[in-house]
Amino acid sequence: MKAVFALPLVFFRLFYQSIYLALTQIWANKTRSVLTTLGIVIGVASVTAVIAALTGLKAKILTQVETFGTNTIFMGPHVPERGPMSHANWWQLRFRPEQFDNVLQHCPSVAVLSRMGGVGRRTVRCGEQSVDNVEIQGIEPAYHQIEHRPVVLGRIFSLIDNEQVRQVCLIEPKLRDKLRMDQDCIGETLRIGSTAFVVVGVIEARPQMNFGDSGRERYEVFIPFNTLKKFGEPFTWAMASGKSAETLEDAQAELKFFLRRTRNVRPGQPDTFEVQSLQNVLNTFNKIAVIVTMVAGGIVGISLLVGGVGIMNIMLVSVTERTREIGLRKAVGARRSAILTQFMIESVTLCFFGGLVGIGLGQLLTMAIANIPQVKLDLAHIPLWAIGISFGFAGIVGICFGMVPAIKAARLDPIEALRHE
Amino acid sequence: MQMQSDKIVIKLEAITRVYKVGVERIHALDGVNLELRENEYVAIMGPSGSGKSTLMNVLGCLDRVSSGRYELDGQNTTGMSDAALARVRNERIGFVFQSFELLSRSNALKNVEMPLIYSRNGWWSRRKRAMQMLERVGLGDRVKHRPNQLSGGEKQRVAIARAMVCNPSILLADEPTGNLDSKTSEDILALFDQLHAEGQTIILVTHEESVARHARRIIRMKDGQINSDLSTEEDQARRGTLVAELGKVTK
Repeated sequence: MKAVFALPLVFFRLFYQSIYLALTQIWANKTRSVLTTLGIVIGVASVTAVIAALTGLKAKILTQVETFGTNTIFMGPHVPERGPMSHANWWQLRFRPEQFDNVLQHCPSVAVLSRMGGVGRRTVRCGEQSVDNVEIQGIEPAYHQIEHRPVVLGRIFSLIDNEQVRQVCLIEPKLRDKLRMDQDCIGETLRIGSTAFVVVGVIEARPQMNFGDSGRERYEVFIPFNTLKKFGEPFTWAMASGKSAETLEDAQAELKFFLRRTRNVRPGQPDTFEVQSLQNVLNTFNKIAVIVTMVAGGIVGISLLVGGVGIMNIMLVSVTERTREIGLRKAVGARRSAILTQFMIESVTLCFFGGLVGIGLGQLLTMAIANIPQVKLDLAHIPLWAIGISFGFAGIVGICFGMVPAIKAARLDPIEALRHE
Repeated sequence: MQMQSDKIVIKLEAITRVYKVGVERIHALDGVNLELRENEYVAIMGPSGSGKSTLMNVLGCLDRVSSGRYELDGQNTTGMSDAALARVRNERIGFVFQSFELLSRSNALKNVEMPLIYSRNGWWSRRKRAMQMLERVGLGDRVKHRPNQLSGGEKQRVAIARAMVCNPSILLADEPTGNLDSKTSEDILALFDQLHAEGQTIILVTHEESVARHARRIIRMKDGQINSDLSTEEDQARRGTLVAELGKVTK
């Protein structure tokens, strides 16, 4: 019975004792330990900060994607790179509203589809107040099932609004305030250009994009798709929702097939339109994130290498300094493995200590990044797996670079070691 | 008080230890035969280069012999693996060094506990055993002191406690009073006498006659061989005649 437990117990004791010894050793040489682990500290701090920034960026993009849902498909005209249409201009290739007739019957994986139309920016007036550069967006009622922008006041568009070409609109709360309309503005009239529209609902604003024109206020007014024709022929595109995330690719393929037919694209000719899902966009972002992470990883690898050499150097010094101690330990019965373990654990502990300080520094960096208002990375944080990886790499560096000094210590001849001055 | 028994602790048979320095072969030990019984108190003497240090290293299982046979507690140690020798050192041998060799960062208790860390059975009770051992050497009130807070004599007492904590078969002391003044030396030697009286087998390596006189048996080494191996009384008597003869010759 005793023999069964003997081996694990020996390891447990060695570990316990070695960690204790390593910590006292680090504590005894505080300055030296901090300087030695600087490479590890910088490496770990930079990698955690980069990962934190990427995580923040991803989280930001995801929150924006969530208002659409990754299940959303976008369709728009696209000038192909080859084929007879490659010289066509964009207007020639525009979507015609009738190209989407009966689309749901032919695309079983598509849940809903809304034609979308834009006529550019117009001036919106209400009484004495006016706001320039308001985006006029034509939508079909199905839009409300695709993009998650709740109507907080009033009602959503109905099929009748669209069919009867009603002059009704949905506005954003900010525009309501800017036009000095009543809080309960339902039923009030505003003018887009010279056409009068009745406000039937207030729709929540889209979260601000973090790139580009975030400085300027942008407003949107939604009107029924069919009503949009009053402003001339709109630029048309479409949004759709797949029935489930799993069949999203099927839905995209069905839409492509359907649009090729309605747009008379001959077999063998390239598409004159694009069918994109947000999943595709996310995939692209993920690819970029992987590349950035790898580049950061390379830089970190170099600093960990330098850090590791520092660790090895200080461990070699430590072995030389403590030659007599090693001799003594061997004389009183420490095996080679015990000495080896002691020094290995010491270097690994040193690296973990560096990793800990590095993660602390990385956390500070992350907080600094998150608090720069222009960068808009307020969601930046260090994910748990990054902490795990940092410690993992610190540990590996400790093992790799602690090996040589530890073997040197373990091989010392006790007689020679005790004679060492 | 335990009387000297007939149990043989150490048995050396035709031990040689040869070093190669360049092309030269140095016989540090050249055919040493020795038997030690339990509770013997032996001093090994000899000028430097006589092989006494090598003999001590061999007896302490720190060094391997070139030829011959070394039995410790009836167990043949020649040809043992490093790990097995480490265990023998841990369980059967206690070392006391001239310069104490205490860990400066650790207090007296931790220093005495140290061999038990590497021991197979002593780990769980190491604190208790180290405490008991420190009390036995008269340092029960100094356990939390670090080496730099202790006097030379106290340091050597800690070192002796460390050597004794694993309850070794032999206590090997290499010039234990070499770094101490004569008053403290007497105290330490009195402690050895006490340990011997309590049944401990002690081997003392020294070049001081006054220290060697505390032992019951004196082995004198010369050129890697045992020159004389006598009880202390016989040794001193013979030494007396030698000195007297030397005196006559000088006259």
